[in-house]
Amino acid sequence: MSASAIVAQGLGKDFPAPGAKAKVAALAELSLEVPAGSITALVGPDGAGKTTFIRLAAGLLRPDRGRLQVLGLDVARDPQAVQDRISYMPQRFGLYEDLSVQENLDLYADLHGVPRAVRQARYARLMEMTDLNPFRSRLAGKLSGGMKQKLGLACTLVRSPQLLLLDEPTVGVDPLSRRELWQIVEQLIQGEQVSVLVATAYLDEAERCARVYLLREGRLLAGGTPAELRERASGLVQVAEPAAGEAPRLLQARLLDDRARVVDAVPEAGAVRFIRRGGAGLALARSHSVQARLEDGFMLLLDAADTAPRAAAAAIAAPAVAAQPAAPVISVQHLTRRFGDFVAVADTSFEVRRGEVFGLLGPNGAGKTTTFRMLCGLLPPSSGRLSVAGVDMRHARAAARRHIGYVSQKFALYANLSVEDNLRFFAGAYGLAGAALQRQLQRAYAEFDLQQVKRLPSGQLPGGFRQRLAMAAALLHEPEILFLDEPTSGADPHARRAFWRRITALAAAGTTVVVTTHFMEEAEYCDRIVIQDAGRVLALGTPAEVRASAGGGGGAATTMEQAFIGVVEAARRGLQEAA
Amino acid sequence: MNRLRRVLALVRKEMRQLLRDRSNLALGIVLPGLLTLLFGYGLSMDVQHAPVAVVLQDTSPGARDAASGLALSPYLAPRWVDSMPAAEALMRNAEVLAIVNIPGDFSARLAGGDAVVQLLLHGSDAATARTVQSYVAGAFAQAAARRADAAAHRGASAAAGAVQLQPRLWFNSANTSSWYLVPGLIVIIITLVGAFLTSLVVAREWERGTLEALFVTPARPAEILFAKLVPYFAVGMLGFLMCLAAARWLFGVPLQGSLALLVAVSVLYLLVALGIGLFISSVTRNQFVASQVALLTSFLPALMLSGFLFDLRNVPAPVWVVGNLLPATHFMTVVKTLFLAGNVPSLVLPEAALLVGYLLLFFAAALAVTKKRLD
Repeated sequence: MSASAIVAQGLGKDFPAPGAKAKVAALAELSLEVPAGSITALVGPDGAGKTTFIRLAAGLLRPDRGRLQVLGLDVARDPQAVQDRISYMPQRFGLYEDLSVQENLDLYADLHGVPRAVRQARYARLMEMTDLNPFRSRLAGKLSGGMKQKLGLACTLVRSPQLLLLDEPTVGVDPLSRRELWQIVEQLIQGEQVSVLVATAYLDEAERCARVYLLREGRLLAGGTPAELRERASGLVQVAEPAAGEAPRLLQARLLDDRARVVDAVPEAGAVRFIRRGGAGLALARSHSVQARLEDGFMLLLDAADTAPRAAAAAIAAPAVAAQPAAPVISVQHLTRRFGDFVAVADTSFEVRRGEVFGLLGPNGAGKTTTFRMLCGLLPPSSGRLSVAGVDMRHARAAARRHIGYVSQKFALYANLSVEDNLRFFAGAYGLAGAALQRQLQRAYAEFDLQQVKRLPSGQLPGGFRQRLAMAAALLHEPEILFLDEPTSGADPHARRAFWRRITALAAAGTTVVVTTHFMEEAEYCDRIVIQDAGRVLALGTPAEVRASAGGGGGAATTMEQAFIGVVEAARRGLQEAA
Repeated sequence: MNRLRRVLALVRKEMRQLLRDRSNLALGIVLPGLLTLLFGYGLSMDVQHAPVAVVLQDTSPGARDAASGLALSPYLAPRWVDSMPAAEALMRNAEVLAIVNIPGDFSARLAGGDAVVQLLLHGSDAATARTVQSYVAGAFAQAAARRADAAAHRGASAAAGAVQLQPRLWFNSANTSSWYLVPGLIVIIITLVGAFLTSLVVAREWERGTLEALFVTPARPAEILFAKLVPYFAVGMLGFLMCLAAARWLFGVPLQGSLALLVAVSVLYLLVALGIGLFISSVTRNQFVASQVALLTSFLPALMLSGFLFDLRNVPAPVWVVGNLLPATHFMTVVKTLFLAGNVPSLVLPEAALLVGYLLLFFAAALAVTKKRLD
């Protein structure tokens, strides 16, 4: 076997652009090598060409230019020979939802010609690693999102391939399942000398790989070990403490807006981590240097490559007075929702105050979506009290809906209507007309930077634009409360920064925001968070309080992800002991 | 060995999917049953109170007695008309379905045993016409039987009461018939299951994204397609057998030709239909579009243009050309020939050869468009 699992030389692939005659290059002049026997990560913003490259390597697409060798074979000439030797997990793994877990496994084992003798041992190991053993006879369609993803990986791993291709295997998967998925892959590498190429939006995942390639707009921006890429940001990363009583996100927004001197800023553990622009003098009180991470190097490289000026977010109004005794706009008391025998949400109580950013966190199937739907008035509670914007949701759900905006997880706008038509439709649905309608439309174009795309069909917009359009549509009627269900799932770091920058501005203007997310570090943008699992509230409070209660020793030292895993695992252990 | 195991695994998967997807199974089994009943009974439904004009040119008691049977039948509603021209006017306006003309010499010939009654049938709906004819014949037969009874009492010859019916079909432009319709249903049902249901199966995998993972396995495109054929072939054969049974026992359609030959050609056509379905499915990659295309290019033409409802000999040239391009039309010819005319090699063999050609064409096309590629 050669030393490289994949060798690409001057690889190019074009796709017809929507609406235009000319083709758009999804990959251009790409040359890289994936070493054998280790894990290589492919990272980059949306539209970088990660999926295109993996599909080319899997023989599902034919390159327009250049050469691509996989396991020493020319993929373009003999895709089947490559497909006989590799395993591939597409972004949306196509499980047969009307087949059971076991039947899906059997199908792929038969297709890959796994001998019956080794099959049982293999299944046992995969089932143990994925915790799917109790569900072997369950239909795949009835599994939760994280379990489906794990089953997809298990089907991909029914045999030991020479090369494993994974396309964003952890999108929409909670931190616990994510950690398990990676453990499975790493065990495989150690035991069986498999080469792995994984595309991912999570840079902490890329950090675990032996080699990382950063793509941007179809070109290779940088490649190397995580340490080499980290090194580029070395000495530029600092952590600043916000002033007493100030939300970290406000300091983060100020830093992010200081484009001349700051490359990137994220709230972290009650403070703000930011990357100084090299050479720029920036002296902040209460700040100290910290070690660079892969994400810092990544942001720095992307920033250097970004020539187009990024749209400036709306300026933030004067920071709200911190000690303001805000009234609760959402009040939840002993909320319970059952589906038959199954308790999706059990005895949940919390309050959300005006202008607060409130986060709902939990593993897949924890009851977040059910809670969310009840808050939005889409699902009646089985018992308990629930009032939103001062309206009792048991009696006046329609009245409450006028006060809320809702952005669903999936893109729920009309793909073949233009941006303007979509906005006009939703404005009409909320009863806006005449001057009020015009004013709101202009505001939406300006605030969400949609002016230049307003005539485009919304289905053709890139992901970031769609997200902004969905938010603009939900905010047309100036709701008091905005609900966002996993708004950043699958988005790249740039898009997520821009998203949270807008949320910060909205909250500063007095809008209450309730949001669910799988990115634990995003909990740091929230004023308060609640962690749910199996329908129960496990932790409730400010990010600092939750981190402290997780008992990671010293509280502030642990990250939100560690805190989350700690809280959920402790609760699950408690349940098992009680049972 | 590996190939066999792969194919078996794929076939097993397709069977399970078909059996678990109730809606598809219902479409494959309930719909053929429904169509059989609808077309079989709907178009040859029992006629009740059918208006019949009766022209009584012989006013003797014997003639009146014979005609009175018409009034006694619950299926007929006789209207007494004075003259033939008046009766023909009613017939032209479709106010009556038939004219019973009892000639002036009726009672005279009745005594001699060779009485003749003219029956003119409105032939636009041949099935109804045939039903009306049988009711009229029945009415006269009953009258004859009553007379025979009476004659027997008197010790006279029984033959004296017999009445001969001389039926003629008017306005028979469509030339359809119940015996034509039910065999034709076999064509429609095989087209429905083969092309329409199968058009969904590959498109469904494209939509659900399941093909992407399946492609990057040792499974070959031909194996994937073959596995999809098997369960739908079974459902198609089930529909075919249901239809055959209905034709034989429910509607009593005689099969003049060989049953083995009929089954063989039907299997051939079912494979052609499956090929069309797979081809459409692989090209469109979208269930909704695939079902529409299958409906418009296979099922509806088979219904309208294959000679099922309308005789292709009487249509404009362009329609004739389109009709003859359809595999369904050629299968229709074979089915009708085998049912109604018997084994006519000069008709059946060329059409069967043509079906083999279509089979090869569509399978090659389906295979050609099923590349393990996403672009």
